[in-house]
Amino acid sequence: MTGPKIIFYILAFSTILFSLLSVFDRRILRAAIYLLFVLVAIAGLFYMMNFQFLAAVQLMLYAGGIVVLIIFSILLTSQINSKLDAPKLMQLLAASFTALFGIGISLYTILPYVFKPSAAPTLEVNMRNIGLQLLNTGEQGYVLPFEVISILLLAALVGIIFIAKRSRT
Amino acid sequence: MYDFSPFIDSINSFFTSNFSPFWASVLLMLLLGIAILAFYAVLGLYLVYAERKICARMQNRIGPNRVGPLGLFQTIADLIKLLLKELIYIRNADGFLFNIAPFIVIVASIMAIGSIPFAKGLQAIDLNIGVLYILAISSMGVIGVLIAGWASNSKYSVIGAMRSGAQVISYELSVGLSLLCMIVFAGSMQLSDIITSQQDGWWLLKGHIPAFIAFVIYLIAGTAETNRGPFDLAEAESELTAGFHTEYSGIKFAFFFLAEYMNMFIIAAVATTIFLGGWLPFHIYNFTAFNNVMDYIPPVFWFFGKTAFIIYVMMWFKWTFPRLRIDQLLALEWKYLLPLNLLNLVLISFLTLMKWHF
Repeated sequence: MTGPKIIFYILAFSTILFSLLSVFDRRILRAAIYLLFVLVAIAGLFYMMNFQFLAAVQLMLYAGGIVVLIIFSILLTSQINSKLDAPKLMQLLAASFTALFGIGISLYTILPYVFKPSAAPTLEVNMRNIGLQLLNTGEQGYVLPFEVISILLLAALVGIIFIAKRSRT
Repeated sequence: MYDFSPFIDSINSFFTSNFSPFWASVLLMLLLGIAILAFYAVLGLYLVYAERKICARMQNRIGPNRVGPLGLFQTIADLIKLLLKELIYIRNADGFLFNIAPFIVIVASIMAIGSIPFAKGLQAIDLNIGVLYILAISSMGVIGVLIAGWASNSKYSVIGAMRSGAQVISYELSVGLSLLCMIVFAGSMQLSDIITSQQDGWWLLKGHIPAFIAFVIYLIAGTAETNRGPFDLAEAESELTAGFHTEYSGIKFAFFFLAEYMNMFIIAAVATTIFLGGWLPFHIYNFTAFNNVMDYIPPVFWFFGKTAFIIYVMMWFKWTFPRLRIDQLLALEWKYLLPLNLLNLVLISFLTLMKWHF
């Protein structure tokens, strides 16, 4: 067993464990914190694959942004003693059936696949290249999706301001 | 002259030649961890001492002066007292979250210290996304604060945590944007590259007025991000007792306290690295004799000298300005700093494009 392998198994195991805990815990803030641990572990996996930029973005956007937003909304809306209600039997059955079905399909597609180690040399992911690629109009440039997403976000922002302003009067 | 890389390399080769690769990396990690932890604890204690002395000087008092010469051992005595104190268990608190919150806060700040360059070759890890890494890691600390406030099940704590959360999330934008301005100048996010780009002059001096504006915005936003006065309304003691850590006692309280001071150190160290040339000595163009004298001062002294200066300025803020209200705080960020910052970014991009900086 080598060092990276041990770290990989720790990360992979904690990803699975905390995902399960996050789904099964009925105290909502704890579920959010378990989700945070899952996201941090996945950032660790990215880091192990030398995608430092992706790991940092994962930490910043998902752990530092989205989880903070989730925690914030929990802080505003719920109390420390409140627990989610236990689901009804029918819901429980339907949900577990759907989950098992999903697991089945995933395993059916993943298990027969033969994973081969990549022979390509490890890429040095350069910030400059990422930036140029993102704003490139030429071949494999991402400027159109980039701009479309910015307009979408702008529209969402304007919409939020409109709703917030109207409800005050 | 004062290059640490041969020293670090010799430690590295000692371990790799005497142990198998696996144990060598484990032992190196342990050694590094102990070094960073010891540095963290000692520096944290003396920052608390410095703050008490500076605060005393500004209020015309003497400050700690009984334990040891000049009161130098006062904070060590305080630490021993905190270690021996009882950890109070709160019956209606969420025990698990209550206990992990201080650790999230302190782990975030310890991880950020790992990437700070103290001198040439004296840097635990030199990532090619250095600045982004520090921003990403330090954004994790606020989660600890939010959990601490909520899990304590106390009104003071929840209000303190909410204020702190709103404040950190908004001021993170200004910190990020003002650092982005300097990244545009330096053309790299790697901290060692940013320092090499300042060999012919610090960015604060090379970058005209826009760099100075970015520096001032960074100092304001950085002070706000560490929840220090005049932005300390997260723990405003006159209204909220102690904010999010009201219910904490003993060593867990000490963790929050230490993390606040070390976050201040990190903010100051990043400002030093990016605006003031890191561990590079002060040089004046075409003034060789003076430059040679400056070169004799070791880079570690330059780094800690500049950092200490910025920390002093931040303490000066705390003890001279009155505390802001929450609406003033948010208006300052969203109505003034953010638009100014965006304008500054455009200006700096233009300067860099025209190659008008020195």
